[in-house]
Amino acid sequence: MAEQEVTLMKGNEAIAHAAIRCGADGFFGYPITPQSEIIETLAALKPWETTGMVVLQAESEVASINMVYGGAGAGKRVLTTSSSPGIALMQEGISYMAGAEIPGVFVNVMRGGPGLGTIQPSQSDYFQATRGGGNGDYNVIVLAPNSVQEMADFVDLAFELAFRYRNPAMILADGVIGQMMEKVVLPPMKPRRTEEEIKKECPWASFGKTADRQPNVITSLELKPEVMEVRNLQLQEKYRQIKDNEVRFETQQCEDADYLIVSFGSAARIGEKALEQARAEGIKVGLFRPITLWPFPSRQLAQLARGKKGILVSEINAGQMVQDVRLAINGAIPVEHFGRLGGIVPDPDEIVKSLKEKVIG
Amino acid sequence: MKTEIIISGFGGQGVLSMGKILAYSGLMEDKEVTWMPAYGPEQRGGTANVTVIVSDERISSPILSRYDVAIVLNQPSLDKFEPKVKEGGILIYDGYGVINPPQRKDITVYRIDAMDKAAELKNAKVFNMIVLGGLLKVCPVVSTDGLKKALFKSLPERHHGLIPLNMKAVESGMEIISKE
Repeated sequence: MAEQEVTLMKGNEAIAHAAIRCGADGFFGYPITPQSEIIETLAALKPWETTGMVVLQAESEVASINMVYGGAGAGKRVLTTSSSPGIALMQEGISYMAGAEIPGVFVNVMRGGPGLGTIQPSQSDYFQATRGGGNGDYNVIVLAPNSVQEMADFVDLAFELAFRYRNPAMILADGVIGQMMEKVVLPPMKPRRTEEEIKKECPWASFGKTADRQPNVITSLELKPEVMEVRNLQLQEKYRQIKDNEVRFETQQCEDADYLIVSFGSAARIGEKALEQARAEGIKVGLFRPITLWPFPSRQLAQLARGKKGILVSEINAGQMVQDVRLAINGAIPVEHFGRLGGIVPDPDEIVKSLKEKVIG
Repeated sequence: MKTEIIISGFGGQGVLSMGKILAYSGLMEDKEVTWMPAYGPEQRGGTANVTVIVSDERISSPILSRYDVAIVLNQPSLDKFEPKVKEGGILIYDGYGVINPPQRKDITVYRIDAMDKAAELKNAKVFNMIVLGGLLKVCPVVSTDGLKKALFKSLPERHHGLIPLNMKAVESGMEIISKE
């Protein structure tokens, strides 16, 4: 079975293959390290000759996100990808999309900041991703892959969630996951939706007004605050539904654990090795990995942490997800943080050492 | 069985490609593999390195603190990675790139004069394949058959004519590697 073939590729390459295979209609992007292989791979695969998918190198990140706004506004499955500084430039467009309830997908392969920062891996855009990032009371759905396989699998998932809730969805990866090669089984080929299917799935979309219906207006602007408040309350109700239904997480060896490491994405892979090393020394550690960073698995983590002695939140930043962990744990047990900054990736030894010093004491 | 390997040298020496071929060889033998490069400006000079893990079981972290095998092709790489070889592990170095040879007694050290051999073969480009041959001699992570299949899989077809030359370089590496 050609579809089941195991191949070796970078996380970035997997994103490109998966976008074509999940029936995406368009990609708009501007190259930036460490994710340029996404647009390079798309250019090499030439999907416009096979599925008809558009691949366009825009003049900037601002242009890219607004092309996504436009494409998704017509009910198309479109995406853009970038790295931290580029994603910062896109925040206005993402906020507009959230306000107008437009289902686009974007990928952030994070690098060290602030500003232009470095090109090496980092997880320092957690706040930006999970708190909205742009202006206004909104959230985007955030998926955090920790393997090349998940890079491939989450593209379709992100589109499914985005369209189900008419909300932007983000894949939050980093330079480790983007640049490393691993085995991957690519998802099966799914045809692009026909115009008829799009009209059926997205009756709200602007695909050309006909005489028999009212215009579909796509905007985030509303001059009457009374109306705007109602629209905000509707958004909040939608976010509540997403929180109820879409939380995803993974646990490893938590049952008998005295201590927990909580990590996402590449940090969770390093955390898993730290777990193996600590267990070899007789320290009972478990790993909790949020897969959706928003909605955050607060309730699940709080339940799991009951009776444990302490938590180390290991992330490649100065302490961001640790705030969500502390909110979830609400003081029940000690929660400490370990992180490296600016593009330095921690190694498993450092995490074990930090666990011993900060949590076990 | 899991082998955790770091390969480090100057940018341009083929460090990343060597790692890639090793990873592909693991794939050909149905093993789990990860290939994690230092992807900075090192590729254009300076010290480049890549971590390759070949395993029969699931691989946790692609980033490691210590290695079963370190292949170091210049002095900065030796200085950086000699302390990070696990006790009882293997260190392979190229005599040409290293002024102060490794000192540790609790690891097995091999020397491979791959740069000299490549010069003798009048083909600097096979340098990394000579080193790879040396590795497979002292630590058979993958078979030479797997390696050959990997070359067919990973090289574009127009370069398949070069595979015999590369396999010869691998063989010469197996011959010249020596224990210190």
